[in-house]
Amino acid sequence: MTAIDYEARIPNNVDLASDKRLQRALEKWQPAFLDWWGAMGPEGFQGRDVFLRTAVSAHADGWAVFDYVKMPDYRWGIFLSDRVPDRKIAFGDHAGLPAWQEVPGEYRNMLQRLIVTQADTEPASVEQQRYLGQTAPSLYDLRNLFQVNVEEGRHLWAMVYLLQAYFGRTGHEEADALLVRRSGDADHPRILDAFNQKCPDWLTFFCFTTFTDRDGKYQLGALAESGFDPLARTCRFMLTEEAHHLFVGEKGVQRVLTRSAELTALDPNGDARNQGGIDLDTIQKYVNYWFSYSLDLFGGEISSNAADFFASGLKGRWKEESKYEDHICTDAVQMVPVYRDGRLVEEAVPLRNAMNEVLRQEYADDCDKVVGRWNRALESAGSSFRIKLPSTRFHRRQGIYADQAYSPDGEPISSELFEANRSRWLPTDADRAYVASLMTRGVYEPGKVAHWISPPDKGIDGRPAEFEYVRLT
Amino acid sequence: MGSVTREQRIASFETHPDRYHHWKLTIDGPVASLAMSVDPAFGQRADDYELKLNSYDMGVDIELHDAVERLRFEHPEVRAVVVTSAVARIFCAGANIKMLATSMHGFKVNFCKYTNETRLGIEDATRTAGQTWIAALNGTASGGGYELALACDEIYLIDDGNSAVSLPEVPLLGVLPGTGGLTRLVDKRKVRRDVADVFCTKAEGFRARDAKRMRLVDGSFSRSGWEAGVQQVAAAAVARSPARASQGVPLPPLEVVDSPTGRAYKYVTSVINAEDRVAHLTVRAPEGAAPGSAEALRAEGAQTWSLRAFRELEDALLHLRFNHAEIGVILLHTQGDPAAVLAHDAALADLAGDWFADEIRSFQGRVLRRIDNTARTFFALIEPGSCFVGTLFELVLAADRSYMLQDDDGAVSVQVTAASAGGFPMDTGATRLAVHFAGEPAKVGEVLAMGAPINAADAEEIGLVTFAPDEIDWDDEVRIAIEERASMSPDALTGMEQNLRFVGLETCDTKIFGRLSAWQNWIFQRPNAVGDSGALTLYGFPERPRFDWRRT
Ligand SMILES: [Fe+2]
Ligand SMILES: [Fe+2]
Repeated sequence: MTAIDYEARIPNNVDLASDKRLQRALEKWQPAFLDWWGAMGPEGFQGRDVFLRTAVSAHADGWAVFDYVKMPDYRWGIFLSDRVPDRKIAFGDHAGLPAWQEVPGEYRNMLQRLIVTQADTEPASVEQQRYLGQTAPSLYDLRNLFQVNVEEGRHLWAMVYLLQAYFGRTGHEEADALLVRRSGDADHPRILDAFNQKCPDWLTFFCFTTFTDRDGKYQLGALAESGFDPLARTCRFMLTEEAHHLFVGEKGVQRVLTRSAELTALDPNGDARNQGGIDLDTIQKYVNYWFSYSLDLFGGEISSNAADFFASGLKGRWKEESKYEDHICTDAVQMVPVYRDGRLVEEAVPLRNAMNEVLRQEYADDCDKVVGRWNRALESAGSSFRIKLPSTRFHRRQGIYADQAYSPDGEPISSELFEANRSRWLPTDADRAYVASLMTRGVYEPGKVAHWISPPDKGIDGRPAEFEYVRLT
Repeated sequence: MGSVTREQRIASFETHPDRYHHWKLTIDGPVASLAMSVDPAFGQRADDYELKLNSYDMGVDIELHDAVERLRFEHPEVRAVVVTSAVARIFCAGANIKMLATSMHGFKVNFCKYTNETRLGIEDATRTAGQTWIAALNGTASGGGYELALACDEIYLIDDGNSAVSLPEVPLLGVLPGTGGLTRLVDKRKVRRDVADVFCTKAEGFRARDAKRMRLVDGSFSRSGWEAGVQQVAAAAVARSPARASQGVPLPPLEVVDSPTGRAYKYVTSVINAEDRVAHLTVRAPEGAAPGSAEALRAEGAQTWSLRAFRELEDALLHLRFNHAEIGVILLHTQGDPAAVLAHDAALADLAGDWFADEIRSFQGRVLRRIDNTARTFFALIEPGSCFVGTLFELVLAADRSYMLQDDDGAVSVQVTAASAGGFPMDTGATRLAVHFAGEPAKVGEVLAMGAPINAADAEEIGLVTFAPDEIDWDDEVRIAIEERASMSPDALTGMEQNLRFVGLETCDTKIFGRLSAWQNWIFQRPNAVGDSGALTLYGFPERPRFDWRRT
């Protein structure tokens, strides 16, 4: 048996070729990963050429190399951003000390938990999206779906690299377990709730990549500040890929909105559904649903875990180093609206304990900007409808707002009132069935798009929109 | 930044399933399900802490204790008790940390003691009432949550890839899993001690597969197989434990007159003398004839002296422990007709094998063990009109010292009966009589064989009592002894008494109180736990602890 050519099979910048220990670990894990991809990756299309970008180095010339690839042959690589010489821990109790190049024993478990939780989301979303290829609205979208999927696979590799390389036996075990859990499985579900939800249609997919992948962006951003240098460098590189996923989501929703506005204008009764499209109210409900589910991913508003992660220098804020002056945060507080005796009152929470909330607010602000761009597209399409981001208190199942019902404006309301309005605020079964009814089969002719969505305004990597992004023959 | 600690009184140790805030008790034939669903807003000091994630405080444990006792008396048909959670993904997160951090030292110690006694009660129910407690962990059980599971006979953990069992006290809080956790791991479950060392220092614990391999749990079921799996385990426990009775005996609320100077029940009175730091605890003999048959005993139900007097005694003891920290010496008195006590004892002994009679005796044993574990000095005062005979002679044996009045006509007497021969073992498993005569074991049999009242001179001669002053000396002797005792260091006395009371070999139970709790109480006083930068103090706060690294 010839030795595996690691550089070719697993592109990397971690000197895998000379790291025997890591090779041994990955030799065992890689076949298991491929089995998982075969079983839980995209249904169908595995033998087809897909126009994908592959990262073959961490630098500008190599992080996005485009070519036709069959997905199982995709070269899932391991890339860390370049090391910053003499990097120091930027925040928390160890601020100013040299960044850790090895796992600090004191924080081993905490760190492992952070990495496993992040890692678990990567294969989960691939599992959630595995049937969408059957109903793709165009070859362009089909390709984008697969791009997101293979890159989530690569993100899994990136996290598994950390577990395998730095955490010894328990790291190997956790790496194995990542391939055992399944999204939505009754017995072995994924760790976080949003990653056990179904993703049965393309409106869901676009909302998911807008809102849930954006949670990923902020989590990765916070971990990119980590005092554990290999984690920071891994996450920085992952962020470059994540941007495309967010693009797929935002532009996808925008194209649906534009099309819906057109069909609404076309219909004598102003009903897009009559014209075979998705009505704007339904899109708003999908936004409400996925925004609120994604907010839960940030964890409790007042959290001792969050304080520990910050204090220990493992997880910072978004752009911790460049954006903030105070990196210790023991004296500062964050005002958090808390429900007391029938109303909301602002309560001062020690800032470290409010770090989840600080990150959530960054995220919500970013989502607000996305919604702003969608609304400009609606305006351009001649529609007066505007998408509105609900309050961060609306429809929460985790954290301090989970026990009380709130309207989309964030006002506390009775649960009876919430239930009475549920079908106005959140997608009903009938809404989902209707959306699914528009997407019973894929549109695979180059340049063609499904009726319910606008064509993209430009293609991928300078190719035209009608380019054959996936070769089906 | 230490937290403010607060004085806390416990208004009542009584409750009823109809009034539970934190548990749901449902009974389905021979299987009871006790589901924890702690109401966060119903902590006993709701201003200081919220009972999140099924964490518990004294109020939660009072309900648990109530359930343990009621299942025995009111539901003898129950053969298996499944403890589980009604909160998604969490079984129980253990004692509430904020509650501990804001509690006074004495309260914390008493809280831990009470919760330990409750868990011993769970084991006792499994062992002596044939009610097998099964922990069905349908979510993560951490700290005291896993310790509660450890008190059960069997532990099952859901295998959902997420739920774990853990003892995070050492790595996260800088204290011990002090509700029996360390002891039961190695002494009861026989988890290898190096494996236990790994487990007790890994904050997030282990999930089903590893937990089973390490013997931390007995088995696991997948989410979809959970209900059926647990049902099967319960059915197997039911099958192992023969049916006992179908009709229970209700435990009504105690009738008590409460005043600033004490509590008065039908058979028990507790009088507080705050100035002298002394309490008088008196148990009165029954009036009227003893029940002559199982039916008669059942008809008397909870009113029968043997049960009612000991329920009252337990309640009085708990109030002294929690609400009268300043009381250093508890003087034990009895009053009434010794023959009546003996008749009631004999009635229960004759009915041995009847479930209700057995339950009463078992309960009396638990109350007596509460005395052994109470951190106050007990002196028994044997005076004219007293009835320290049979069951009540155990009070003399439980006391740290006894004083018996040597009166001229020799009317003051005690009597040792078969009640002291094995029915009421201490936590060591030994009888108080055997412990009393550890150096002269032959006397145990001699005394048991006497079968008659023993006067003061003889009792002193045999060594059954500590002192037997005559009528001239009595008042001064006793007064001076009490005053002297009340003047000594309360801490040293607690340590001394606990060391002297438990003569003989250790058991799991004594190690929980004597080794685990004692170390815990030491740690609870140390700056590394409760100092301004101690781990317990800072838990939940943004700062991380700073330790004094010097080891002793
Ligand atoms: Fe990702
Ligand atoms: Fe992503």
